[in-house]
Amino acid sequence: MSSRIGRLRRAAILAVVGLGLGAGLSSAEEPPVQKQYIPLLTYRVGAYASSGIPIWAGIIDYFTYLNEAEGGINGVKLFWDECETEWGVEKGVECYERVKGGKDGSPVPILWPHSDPIGKALTEKAAADKIPLVTLNYGRTEAVDGRVFPYSFPVVLSFYSEASTAINFIAQKVGGKDKLKGLKIATVYHDSPYGKETQPALDLLAKTYGFENIQIPVAHPGNDQSAQWGRIRQLKPDWVFLRGWGVMTPVAVKTAAKTGFPVDHIIGGIWSSSEEDVRPAGAVGKGYLAITTYPAGADFPIHDKIRRFVIDTGKSNLQDKKSFGSVYYNSGIVDAIILTEAIRTAQGKFGHRAINGEEARWGLEHLDITDQRIDEIGATGLQPTLELSLSDHEGGGIARVIQWDGAKWSTVSDWIQADRDLLRPLILERAAAYAREKGITPRSDADSTN
Amino acid sequence: MDFFLETLVGGLLAGVMYALVAIGFVLIYKASGVFNFAQGSMVLCAALTFVTLRDKGLDFWSAGLVTLVVMVALGVAIERVVLRPLVNQPQITLFMATLGLSFVIEGVAQILMGASVHELDLGVVDVPVEVGPIQISQFDLVAAGVAGALVIGLSIFFSATRIGVSLRAIADDPQAALSIGIRLQTLWRIVWGVAGFVALVAGLLWGARQGVQFSLTFVVLKALPVLLIGGFTSIAGAIVGGLIVGAADSLAEIYIGPLLGGSVSTWFAYVLAVVFLLIRPAGLFGERAIERV
Amino acid sequence: MSSIGSDAASDFIAATPDALWPRVRRALPIAALLAAAFVGAPAVGDDYWFNAILIPFLIMALAGLGLNLLMGYAGQASLGTGAFMATGAYATYNLMLRLPELPLPASLALGGVIAGAVAVVVGLPSLRIKGFYLIATTLAAQFLLEWTFNQYGWFSNYSTSSSISAPRLVFLGYDLSSPVARYLLTLTTATVVTLVAARLVRSQTGRIWTAIRDMDTAAAVIGVPVARGKLTAFFAGGFICGVAGALWAFAYLGTVDARSFDLDRSFQAMFIIIIGGMGSIAGSFIGAAFVVLLPILLSRVAGAAFGGAVDAGQLENLQNVVFGALIIVFLIKEPQGLAALLARLGRRLSSPSRR
Repeated sequence: MSSRIGRLRRAAILAVVGLGLGAGLSSAEEPPVQKQYIPLLTYRVGAYASSGIPIWAGIIDYFTYLNEAEGGINGVKLFWDECETEWGVEKGVECYERVKGGKDGSPVPILWPHSDPIGKALTEKAAADKIPLVTLNYGRTEAVDGRVFPYSFPVVLSFYSEASTAINFIAQKVGGKDKLKGLKIATVYHDSPYGKETQPALDLLAKTYGFENIQIPVAHPGNDQSAQWGRIRQLKPDWVFLRGWGVMTPVAVKTAAKTGFPVDHIIGGIWSSSEEDVRPAGAVGKGYLAITTYPAGADFPIHDKIRRFVIDTGKSNLQDKKSFGSVYYNSGIVDAIILTEAIRTAQGKFGHRAINGEEARWGLEHLDITDQRIDEIGATGLQPTLELSLSDHEGGGIARVIQWDGAKWSTVSDWIQADRDLLRPLILERAAAYAREKGITPRSDADSTN
Repeated sequence: MDFFLETLVGGLLAGVMYALVAIGFVLIYKASGVFNFAQGSMVLCAALTFVTLRDKGLDFWSAGLVTLVVMVALGVAIERVVLRPLVNQPQITLFMATLGLSFVIEGVAQILMGASVHELDLGVVDVPVEVGPIQISQFDLVAAGVAGALVIGLSIFFSATRIGVSLRAIADDPQAALSIGIRLQTLWRIVWGVAGFVALVAGLLWGARQGVQFSLTFVVLKALPVLLIGGFTSIAGAIVGGLIVGAADSLAEIYIGPLLGGSVSTWFAYVLAVVFLLIRPAGLFGERAIERV
Repeated sequence: MSSIGSDAASDFIAATPDALWPRVRRALPIAALLAAAFVGAPAVGDDYWFNAILIPFLIMALAGLGLNLLMGYAGQASLGTGAFMATGAYATYNLMLRLPELPLPASLALGGVIAGAVAVVVGLPSLRIKGFYLIATTLAAQFLLEWTFNQYGWFSNYSTSSSISAPRLVFLGYDLSSPVARYLLTLTTATVVTLVAARLVRSQTGRIWTAIRDMDTAAAVIGVPVARGKLTAFFAGGFICGVAGALWAFAYLGTVDARSFDLDRSFQAMFIIIIGGMGSIAGSFIGAAFVVLLPILLSRVAGAAFGGAVDAGQLENLQNVVFGALIIVFLIKEPQGLAALLARLGRRLSSPSRR
C-alpha cells in the first residue's frame, strides 16, 4: 500500500515538473530581430494522416528552400513549429491558443487551420485576435466576402467555384455550355456539411444551363457504396461529380467500376484528387478525372530548385521520397507560396521585418500573384494566378483537371474558370445573413487603403 | 423489381463483410466476456502488416503466414498484459480498457509501418457477374465464400474439438468449468489467437475493398449493430445479423433515404437493432440471462 | 453495473451529519477550490488557460457528471452523451435565436430541459433492455440525432454547412464574449449544477437510482419505482449533458456543427467517469482532468523533450500510445477510479491527526 502511495507521489512530482516544463516553453525569450514565425497546425496522426504528411513536407520544404537559397523573404528568415490537431477541433483550438501569441518576438502573420471544423471554430477568435486564417480550397464559402469576414481567406477555389469548374469542364468535353442542356449530372457527395456545401451552387448552375441535377449522399465514412452506385446504374447519369472525403473516394471508384459505370466520366472534387484517393482503387481507377489547383508532377522548375537545395542536401521533411511532386506535396508548395507572397506584399508596405496578423491581412488583400511572378517562382502550371481584394477573399476561382493513368496523374486541361459572377450573389446573400446574425457592420471598399 | 433484387443481393453480400468483423467480437466475448473494441485496430494492424511485408518483397503466402504469427502473438499478448489483470472487473471497465488498447495498437502500428495508404491486391478480378437480370460483384461473391468457409471452419473447430467444448463450458458457467479443470488462461490465449486470425482475414478482404488505411478501424461501427441484432455470443447470430444489417441498410439507402433527403446508413442499422432488441432483449441468438434475486 | 465507487463517493463528497467538525473540514478544501477558481484563476489566468484548458475541462467535467448520474449512480450505460450535448446546444441556439427576450440562464436551462426530455425518450427502451445491450439504444440516438441536426437546416437556421454560431452572449447587460467572462459563465454553471447534483444523489431520487443500479430486479420486487427511477436518471443526465453541450458550443468553441458531438465525445465522457470514478461526483472532475488535460500535458512534455529530434509524426503516435497505455494502467491499478484513490489518500493523510 505504502509503495503505491510512494509511486503516486512520484507521479505527482513528475506531473508538476512536466507542467513547469510546459510553462517554461511558452514564455518568450529574447527576441531575435529578423525572423518570421509560422506556426503549423498539423495532423500527422489519425484518419487523415496519410494526406497530411505530404502537405507539411511540401510546406516545410518550400520554407527551407526559401531560407537556404533566397535567405528567407527579403532577408527575413522563416522559422516554424508544429502543433498536432489530429484534424479535431479541441486540439486545434488548444494549438491556436498556444501559438497565437507568436514566438521568440515574432508575431503570427497567418494561420492555416488545415481542417474545416477547426477553421470554423477559429473564425471569430482569429478575427478578434487579428490573425488571418487562410484556407486553401476549403472553408466557409461566404467568407469570400471579405467585407464581412476580414480575417478569413478561403483562397483560390471556394466550394461553389469547385462545382462550377467541374460543370464547365463537362461543358468543354461536350462542346460548349449550350450542350449542357438535358445532360444528367449526378453529384455523389459525402453526407456532411462539407459535402452539402455545393448544393446551392449546383442548383443555380442546373437552372442556368438546363442540366438535370441529381444528388446522391454517401454517409461517413463511406466504406460501402453498393446501394448508391446501384442507384446510379438505374438512373444512368452522363457524368458523376464525386465530392468525396477520405476512404469514400477509392471505394466510390471501385464500386463504380464494379457496377459498370465508366470511370473516365467521374470527376472528382478537390478533396478527391490525390494519389492517396485513387491508389487504393488499383487498376480500375484508370481514366478517373479530378479537379485540382495544384496538379501533380515533379517537373516544375520550383521542384528542381527544391530538389537541389532541400532534397539533395538531406534537409527535406519528406520521409517517403515517392511523394515528391504528389498532389498533396504540391498543395503544400502552393499553400507556402501564397503565404510567403502575402508576407512579401506586406513587407513592401511595412518594411522588411517580421509581419503581424493585421499587416498580413493587408498583404493578403493586396496580393496579386501574376503569371510573371509565378514564372519567377518557377511554378507555371502549378500555381494559379491569384488576385485578392478587400471584397474578394477567394481570388482565382480557377482549376485544372487531371487524369489518373493507373500509376500517376497527368494534366488534361488548362486552367478552367468558374462562373464566379453568376454565383457571387448567392455568396453575398449568405454573408449578409451572417453579418445580420452577428451584428457585424461590413467594411466598405474605402477601408482597403489602411 | 430487378433493381430491388439487385439492391437486396448487393446488401446481403455487404452484410457478409460486416459479419466477418463481427465474428471476431463474438469469439472473444464468448470466451472472456469482453466486448473488444480494439478488434477494429486489430483489423487495421493485420492489413497494414500484410501490405508492408508484401512491399518488402515477400510473396503472398509468406506474408500471410508472418502476419498470422504477428496477429496471434498480439492476441496472446493482449490477453496476458491487459485482460488478465482486469479479470472480474465490470464489463464496462474491460470495454474501456480495449478502447485504450486501440490507441496503443493504432499508434504502434503507425510508428512501425507509417500512415500511408496502400493498395491491397488479392488477385480477385472485380468484374460484375450477370446472374439473370441482376449484376453481382465477383469480389463480393469471393468474400462471401471466404466468410462462409471461415464460419464453417470455426463452427467445426468449436464444436468438434476439446477446446470448443471447453469454450462452451466456460461460456455457460465459468465457475463450474474451472472446477472441472478447464484451464481458463490457455483457453483465452487460444481464443485471442483465433481472433487475431479472424482479424487478418477481415483485414485482407476489407483492405482489398477500400485500400489499407486508417479508416479500416471504422468497420467496427458497422459490426456493432450486427452484434446487437445477432447477439454477442453466437457466430451464427453474427452471420444472420450481418445479412439483416447489410440488406436493410442497402434497401433503406435506396427507398427511405431519398424520402428523408439524406443518407441513412449511419443510423438505420442501429435503429433497427433497437427494434430487434425490444422484441428480443439479448439479440436473436443471444442467451437471455435469468435474473436471480 | 456493480456498486463500484459509491463508498468512495460518499466518503469524498457526502458529509455525514454525525459531527460538525469533520463536515467543516471536508467542506474546507472545496471552499478553497471554489475561491481559487472564482477569484484566483481570473486574476492570474490568460487566454490560453481559459480558452484551451479551463473552459473545456469544466465543460467535459459537466458532461461527465451528467453521464455519471445516469451510469454511475443509476447504472444505465450510455454512449449517447454526444447526442444529448448536441441536443442541448441546438436547443439553446434556437431558444436564443427565436426567443431573444429570454435571459441567457433561462435559455441554457430550457435547452437542458429539452435535452433531458429527449434523453427520456431515448431511455424508454431501458425499461426492457438491460446492461450492455442498452448501449445500443443510446448509440442509435447518438447517430440519429447527429444526423438530424446535420440534415435539417431548420435546426441551424439554414446556416452554411449546418453549423450553429453563438449569438452575442449577454447577461444583465454584461458582454460575456471575453475569455474570462466565458470562463466565469462556465464555472458558475458548473458550480450550480454540481451542487444540485450532489444534493440530488443524496435525496430519495438518488437512493432509488443506486437501488436500481445495484439490483434492478430486486429493487422492483421490494417496491422501488424502477421505471420512474430510470427515466428520472435519463432526464437528469440528459439535462446536465445538454447544458454542457450548449456551453461547449457557445462558451468554448463559438461555432460548431453536429460533428463536435460525435461518438468520440460520448466515448470521452465515458472515459472520464470510468477513470475518474463511477458513482462519484468528484470523479467526474478528476476524470475530466485526466482525459482533457493529459494529452495536452503529453504534447507539451514531448515537444519540450524531443521536439525537433524525433520525427513529428512518430512523436504524435507515441503520445497516443502513452495515453492509451496510461488508460489501461489506471484501469488495472485503480479500477474504482481515481476518486477512490484520492479518497484513500485523503484518509491516510488525515488519519494521523485523529490519533
